[in-house]
Amino acid sequence: MEKVTQLLGEVNVEEHKQEKNYKNLLGKFGSLFALIILMIVLTFLSDKFLTVTNLMNIARQSTINALLALGMLLPILTAGIDLSVGSILAVSIMVMGVVSVTMGMHPILGILVCLLVGAGFGLLNGVLLTKLRLPHPFISTLGTMNIARGLALIITGAAPIAGFPYMIQYFGSEYVGPIPVSFVVVLVIYFIFHIFLTRSQTGRYIYAIGGNKEAARLSGINVDRVLIIVYTLSGLMAGLAGLMMVGRVNSAFPLAGSGYELDAIAAVIIGGASFFGGVGTVWGTLVGVLIIAVLRNGLNLLNVSADLQMAVIGVVIIVAVFVDVLRQRRSKASS
Amino acid sequence: MTKPLLEVKEIYKSFANNHVLKGVNFNVLPGEVHVLLGENGAGKSTLIKILTGAYSMDKGTIHWEGQAVKIHTPIEAMELGIATIYQELNVIKELTVYENIFLGREVKNSKMGLLNRKQMIEKAQDLLIRLGQNPKLATVPLGQLGLGQQQLVEIAKALILEAKLIIMDEPTSCLSGREVEQLYKIVDQLREEGISIIFISHRLEEIQRLGDRITILRDGYSVETLPVSETKPDEWIELMVGRSLEEKFPKKQFERGDVGFSLKGFTVEASHAPIDLDVHYGEIVGLSGLVGAGRTELARAIFGADKRAGGKIVIDGKEVKITNPRQAIDAGIAFITEDRKSEGLLLDLPLDINVCLANMKKFAGRTKLLNLNKMKEQAKRYVKEMQIRPNNIELNARNFSGGNQQKVVIAKWLCTNAKVFIFDEPTRGIDVGAKVEVYRLMNKLVEEGKIVIMISSDLPEILGMCDRVIVMNTGRITADLPIAQATQEQVMKAATIGL
Ligand SMILES: Nc1ncnc2c1ncn2[C@@H]1O[C@H](COP(=O)(O)OP(=O)(O)OP(=O)(O)O)[C@@H](O)[C@H]1O
Ligand SMILES: [Mg+2]
Repeated sequence: MEKVTQLLGEVNVEEHKQEKNYKNLLGKFGSLFALIILMIVLTFLSDKFLTVTNLMNIARQSTINALLALGMLLPILTAGIDLSVGSILAVSIMVMGVVSVTMGMHPILGILVCLLVGAGFGLLNGVLLTKLRLPHPFISTLGTMNIARGLALIITGAAPIAGFPYMIQYFGSEYVGPIPVSFVVVLVIYFIFHIFLTRSQTGRYIYAIGGNKEAARLSGINVDRVLIIVYTLSGLMAGLAGLMMVGRVNSAFPLAGSGYELDAIAAVIIGGASFFGGVGTVWGTLVGVLIIAVLRNGLNLLNVSADLQMAVIGVVIIVAVFVDVLRQRRSKASS
Repeated sequence: MTKPLLEVKEIYKSFANNHVLKGVNFNVLPGEVHVLLGENGAGKSTLIKILTGAYSMDKGTIHWEGQAVKIHTPIEAMELGIATIYQELNVIKELTVYENIFLGREVKNSKMGLLNRKQMIEKAQDLLIRLGQNPKLATVPLGQLGLGQQQLVEIAKALILEAKLIIMDEPTSCLSGREVEQLYKIVDQLREEGISIIFISHRLEEIQRLGDRITILRDGYSVETLPVSETKPDEWIELMVGRSLEEKFPKKQFERGDVGFSLKGFTVEASHAPIDLDVHYGEIVGLSGLVGAGRTELARAIFGADKRAGGKIVIDGKEVKITNPRQAIDAGIAFITEDRKSEGLLLDLPLDINVCLANMKKFAGRTKLLNLNKMKEQAKRYVKEMQIRPNNIELNARNFSGGNQQKVVIAKWLCTNAKVFIFDEPTRGIDVGAKVEVYRLMNKLVEEGKIVIMISSDLPEILGMCDRVIVMNTGRITADLPIAQATQEQVMKAATIGL
């Protein structure tokens, strides 16, 4: 008997190792391979693609979606969703515009206000979900999506605000060497989120809640608190994305960020996160963001119309998820 | 007398107008294994959910180490030192073993406040060794372990808490013989360490093996608390159901008829040896083996739930083509799955649809619209016939106790007029009275000329109810014994041979 136990234990461990290697390769790096192949193909199709200027261009263009997608990753990990990020972006920059341009206050205060408004709306999402016990974040964030957009329009009567001080524009427009500051910010924030999600208690709870909410609750985890943090961070990232956007276009307009939530969701899913929660990584999301950005850039270089680009991205989303489904089916069959 | 660790008095609880607990009293002494016994739906799980703060009680008092306490949340229960292993395992398959063990109790680095993975893994490994497991499992994602090992992870979670009281709600109902033995040893060990255990079980042998005292619940009342060693299971059953139970295994012999169902060269996976099997009319065939022996896989492949590598299925001498469950049902096969929650029931829908689900055609008239009244009547008939409680067909499946859920699943398959019944662990988690009903039902099926195959890890049940026992081991058949010749030892040997 004893021996059987031992043996079975060993078998389990061995099996696991094999499967893990297999999964690691395809699961973790599957979308990375896709990105690399995409870049190789584009290099052949257009000689403008693989140049430092163009690559930095892609990096710069990807930053807004990178931040929104990173924020979006958290709700999706908990088997939720945040539809309001595009609107939160808009209301954050409109308020920042009022504070730092119309009222002429110190730029640092403007930046702080921008981030606070973002985080504040995120907090509202979290509270609506957990305290009012709205049944699903799709609903609570659909509500705040409209509220935030409405407020963004009301603030200036739908007029844009231009002429932001240099310090505010700095993040979205300047370079360190050839690298856009905004992309450096993205990398730093991604690294912090990586540590947060893999090494901190709250980070692991986010996965636990996505994996099995009831089990998490019965393990003594304060699920409401974690969810509030999740949505607040998502809102904060929307505010930060807004800051980058103002730097890029040197103005704030109330319809900014419309539909951006969908690109963010697409990036998270292409990056391998599961819509059912509990599965997904920060780096996977970054790859998802870059795939979309490279694709857009490449299609532009090839003079493909914006309308067709949209359709292509749609196909990519479906293919990416389908490949993931295939992979899971196969690894299930092999285990 | 020693002071009780836990004492509950006059606990009441109702859901809407369903009065589940109507005055429960009992106490738990330090270092004792206290058994709770009661029929399905008697309120055992509800009672412990109150003790762990998952539900709030309507009335009553709880004393912990002599102090009156109120337990509002799972965290408060844990802080007192009450840990729980629920009937439905509460683990997170996406996280690793050590992360599950430390869930809610993570160890952090003193400096940065980040998790100290090294220390947690080391502690988890120590615990795994203490529980007789391979320490390497600590970093394996939990979803890759068998149910038995997942449950040990839950016990490890309780040990991390340094719990004084561990509540186990039917911990052995989903374990195989080997894992059960291991759990018994662990329970003995915990008792020796002075930890109290509330143990809920429907298995009388294990109550005798493990229990110190037993409290019997009936219809939401605590009837009596008795010392286990000085009383007999028959007395408990009488207190529990209000009458005595004549026989545990009401086996009926029928004349053995022709072969009704066979597998020819059936291979589930290409790498496995082909399986040949003949099942006759008039017999119940038991499929025994360790968890993971490939019995459920075989059943799923027969049913078309998974693709098979090759071979034929023959019913009444005719080969039937089965590549998906729909075809299997049309061919007259019923598969009563082992995991009722994820495979058997629509938890958030009422009973009538659950009962009629596999055979909706039957309830569609010429207009193709469903005759809802007919469905309700059918459901009502089964509720009565199988004594499903509460007898309310409007209630969602989720709100029935484990045993009653199992009956609903069986009713669903009875409703399809199938010819071949494959039961996968049919009595898991159901009370002694209900078990006898399920056995009687099997008798009735055989009598009515159906083919019955039962997969079970409960050896006494196989030996008590089957005419033939087939032992499986890593996907192969290693023994095919007429019941007269089958002994516990022989079956175990065939189940573990070559491992
Ligand atoms: N959330 C709920 N809402 C309504 N009724 C419920 C709910 N939970 C349990 N019940 C009812 O309470 C009664 C007792 O259920 P409980 O799960 O405590 O039984 P049990 O003794 O643990 O049974 P088993 O042996 O089958 O596990 C059942 O009649 C059940 O239908
Ligand atoms: Mg129960």
